[in-house]
Amino acid sequence: MYMRALIKAALTLIAVGALAFTATAGTLEDVKSRGELRCVVSTGIAGFAYPDEGGTWKGFDIDFCRATAAAVLGDASKIKAVTSTGKTRFTKLNSGEGDVLWRNTTITFSRDVGVKLTFVGVNYYDGQGFMVNKSLGVNSAKELDGASVCIQTGTTTELNLADFFRANNMSYEAVTIEKNSEARAAYLSGRCDIYTTDASGLAATRSTFPNPGNHKILPEIISKEPLGPATRQGDDQWADIIRWVYNATVTAEEKGVTSSNVDSMKNSNDPEILRLLGVEGSQGEELGLSKDWAYQIIKQLGNYGEIFERNIGPNTPIGLARGLNDLWTRGGLQYSPPFR
Amino acid sequence: MDSPSVSTQKPSLLLRLWRNQEHRSIAIQIITMVILFSLLGMIGNNVATNLEKAGKEFSFGFLNYPAGYDITFQPFISYSPTDTHTRAAIVGILNTLLVAVSGVIIATILGFTMGILRLSSNWLVNRIVYVFLEFTRNVPVLLHILFVYGIFLYTLPVPKKAISISDTVFLTNRGFYTPAPVFEDGFNYVLTSILIAILIVFFFKRWAYKVQDTTGKIYPVFTISITILIGLPLLTFFFSGAPLSWEMPALKGFNFKGGTSIKPEYIALTFALAYYTACFIAEIVRGGILAISKGQSEAAHGLGLRPNRTLQLIVIPQALRVIIPPLCSQYLNLTKNSSLAIAIGYMDVVATIGGITLMQTGKEMETMIIVLLTYLFFSLVISAFMNWFNRKMALVER
Repeated sequence: MYMRALIKAALTLIAVGALAFTATAGTLEDVKSRGELRCVVSTGIAGFAYPDEGGTWKGFDIDFCRATAAAVLGDASKIKAVTSTGKTRFTKLNSGEGDVLWRNTTITFSRDVGVKLTFVGVNYYDGQGFMVNKSLGVNSAKELDGASVCIQTGTTTELNLADFFRANNMSYEAVTIEKNSEARAAYLSGRCDIYTTDASGLAATRSTFPNPGNHKILPEIISKEPLGPATRQGDDQWADIIRWVYNATVTAEEKGVTSSNVDSMKNSNDPEILRLLGVEGSQGEELGLSKDWAYQIIKQLGNYGEIFERNIGPNTPIGLARGLNDLWTRGGLQYSPPFR
Repeated sequence: MDSPSVSTQKPSLLLRLWRNQEHRSIAIQIITMVILFSLLGMIGNNVATNLEKAGKEFSFGFLNYPAGYDITFQPFISYSPTDTHTRAAIVGILNTLLVAVSGVIIATILGFTMGILRLSSNWLVNRIVYVFLEFTRNVPVLLHILFVYGIFLYTLPVPKKAISISDTVFLTNRGFYTPAPVFEDGFNYVLTSILIAILIVFFFKRWAYKVQDTTGKIYPVFTISITILIGLPLLTFFFSGAPLSWEMPALKGFNFKGGTSIKPEYIALTFALAYYTACFIAEIVRGGILAISKGQSEAAHGLGLRPNRTLQLIVIPQALRVIIPPLCSQYLNLTKNSSLAIAIGYMDVVATIGGITLMQTGKEMETMIIVLLTYLFFSLVISAFMNWFNRKMALVER
């Protein structure tokens, strides 16, 4: 008799446990009820995502994370940086440890389809490059036959590198290291002749060297690296929010809306600006956000150009030019669909 | 006042079952089993539900696709980026095995030496080893690995300024380059002679022990064996016309080409793991020797055995019985610690299948299962070997 009761109890336990593990609402509700946005970011790349002396996270990717928090929660400071290596980032996103991935992540077919992510846009157009010590006298990547190359693991870099050397009939020795900090040390010690990663990462890493002037980035860019945010597959509303947070920053720059003039822009004659800032239309409600979501982004963080200039632009130690990341109206690739 | 009344009503069935010790223990066991299995079921169910929710399929099909990435260190089988993920995994597993085996051998030698030095009556030797042991054991092994690697990279020169030892061996921070042997026709004779030498030594040893058992005459077995093992192949080598030439390493472009190279990642990882584990082994050895009562060696001296004979025949065989079981767990630790390899860029099983392959294919569950099974297999093999050795060394009761 009590056997049956026991079995019943055990079955209930299983059912309850299974429910507790699998029951999740939409990401938007989760974030709102938690009052904090959790972004999966890198463990530290100068200019993109790094903690400053006071422990506050800063950088290009972090600002987009803050923009998302400003849109969803109305407060750019309500973020938590979930750090991850190249290897653990997708697991951290897919297991629910983070809500969104803002981490120099290249969009590729296998990640979109195989790893089951939803990529919503490209906030930085990048490409893989090579950095060498000037004393080697190398001027082109085609002169690198037989060289030793330091790479950080868990990226698309390894595959591009193998392809590039194979296509050019050159041999090389790969030194594959888990973290940027140790890979950087191996390069500086002369263990490798070359350091390779995305050109933006090279510039960021070089800015932290004792003598940045001794190293140069070779002209060849051997791959396309469209870096963008990702969400878990299957939560379309959340993916839409991330997509339009990014689009809002680009549209704002295109329309000349900045953090300093955003209040006066509310009286603009341009209907798209009015829709963007939530004065007209119902974009906010349709996304499940407040009416002034994009206003909050621009007020608290600025438009795409401001975020770029502040973190990685020519006047920062990273010193990256806008290049491909300029607006389409100025010959770049940054382009936002209309707010309509 | 009522007198205490004795209840005539029988307690309920459940209560009676509970009060019976035998029934109670069965009940507790059943409850434990149910909880255990429901926990396991819950985990399994959770994995299945979440994989399905993420739209992921559980399959090992990705193993047949080209890996696409490079593995620099592949001393056993050749590998190129066009090979499959399976082959990349095998290269990684073999690299793990190489570190584990060489690490265990070095750790054992270092550990026994330090353990004995730690017991030295020389105060200075004793203290130096003591300080080294305490320092090493109390620093995490990852720091040791990074430390040794750092020393390697920053103290040795770059290839262009390589330290050359009579132009045959070159030391650089990209590895040690030595001449590689090239075997020519006739080297088979040398290999055959090595086999013959081993057989001779084997039978000589049995014969020598038999003579000792019957007559008491002792041959210097060790010295004679070594002479045969080295002498016979050497003689064959010269009589067959020295069928061996050397391929010399030379600096070409960025790096040395030709010869054999030992990579700094391998040296740093193996050495750091070996000396770290050796410190634990040293303490085990010291404990094992101290566990043998002084009366044993005094009795041996009393019988007229010389000190090294005493150590060899009386102390060590008894100490080994104490040493072997904890030694086994140190070997297991070393093998498992080798998974830290990726920190310095040594491509072991975690770095290949559990690292780059995982990243490129997104098959976390499948690749981790392969990595777990690899370590489980290695650990079980080490345990089986040590158990066999332990039984061989165990006290034979007569």
